[in-house]
Amino acid sequence: MNKTQGPNQRIVLHEGPGSAPLSSEERYRTISALLDSGFEVTRPSRGWEAARDDGSTILILENTELKAEAAVAAAREARDRSGARQLGEWKPWFPVIDYDRCTNCMQCLTFCLFDVYGVDENQKIQVQHQSNCKTDCPACSRVCPEVAILFPKYKNGPINGDAVRQDDVRREAMKVDISALLGGDLYASLRNRTQEARKRFSTERDESRALLERKRCLKELGKDLDIPPEVLMSLPSVEDIHERAERAKAKLAARQARSQTVRDARPAPTETEWGI
Amino acid sequence: MAAPRILFCHCAYAKVVPPEVKQEVLRRLCESGAGFDAVPDLCDMSARKDPALKRIAESGAVRIAACYPRAVKWLFHAAGMPLPAEGVEILNMRTQSADEVSRDLLEKS
Repeated sequence: MNKTQGPNQRIVLHEGPGSAPLSSEERYRTISALLDSGFEVTRPSRGWEAARDDGSTILILENTELKAEAAVAAAREARDRSGARQLGEWKPWFPVIDYDRCTNCMQCLTFCLFDVYGVDENQKIQVQHQSNCKTDCPACSRVCPEVAILFPKYKNGPINGDAVRQDDVRREAMKVDISALLGGDLYASLRNRTQEARKRFSTERDESRALLERKRCLKELGKDLDIPPEVLMSLPSVEDIHERAERAKAKLAARQARSQTVRDARPAPTETEWGI
Repeated sequence: MAAPRILFCHCAYAKVVPPEVKQEVLRRLCESGAGFDAVPDLCDMSARKDPALKRIAESGAVRIAACYPRAVKWLFHAAGMPLPAEGVEILNMRTQSADEVSRDLLEKS
């Protein structure tokens, strides 16, 4: 099963007619244990549509003698029987787009190395492959000039979803300008720093010193941009990055030209045509 | 008018919500007579486009204890199940105290 797909196992903690209620402490222990084990829990109250069919697999627990451990065991057994998805396979780290701010500039699509982004049938940017995203890497949010990309599990605002202030917008715009001054994109500057370290290695013939320097450069850049080392280490060539950007621009220009001549009479390009 | 539904996010995969806040909020919910939905992680549900989000988004007024309102709003949207423009109250366990969140969640429930 795809790790980002599939129904979850929902547990309905029934304490209504035919079942005496749990003590509040036992209820807390049971629900905490179920949540820690990755189960969704509904505690219905009178008049609720607690078990309304939403496609999830439902187990109703109503044994008032049930202790937390036994409840979790029963839930796991039901999950194994139903084939419902287990949590814990993937930390849900992925970008979320704030469409109130997004201007569809496609910088994130061009910048992301891992094909997390794509466009829908209306050429609107969207997150298409969440599980491709590198855990703890917020790099794309740093190139967004509108501060429109969130990572809800990030530690600091506004990337974590905190309100965006005017200063944040100015700061992000500055970052984009700085990257342009450095030669077009942040990756180019990152690689230049790495190449400088390599050059030093070749001229000084001091392997350990060169490696230390390279590590120091990457560490500094990683710290400045909060980008994980494994992402820095897997950077593509500058040429690759430029080629991606040029392909994206060419496709956009082609589409705009086509739209002007036929006034959008033709169907919009498919996602495959847009795939870059 | 029916009381708003309550949704509690356990934010299972990260330590960004202070554990003492989310534990205390859950404890208060369990002590109350209120019904509620508790989910392990809203981000995970959004990524999976979990149909439970649709059930919640379509259930009318709802109070959500999770994280930043902007994040919660767009997580539902990303799943293709946007929250309604009205009747939604999002409480932020990253910045608010357990007392504040519990009081607002359980108010007239």
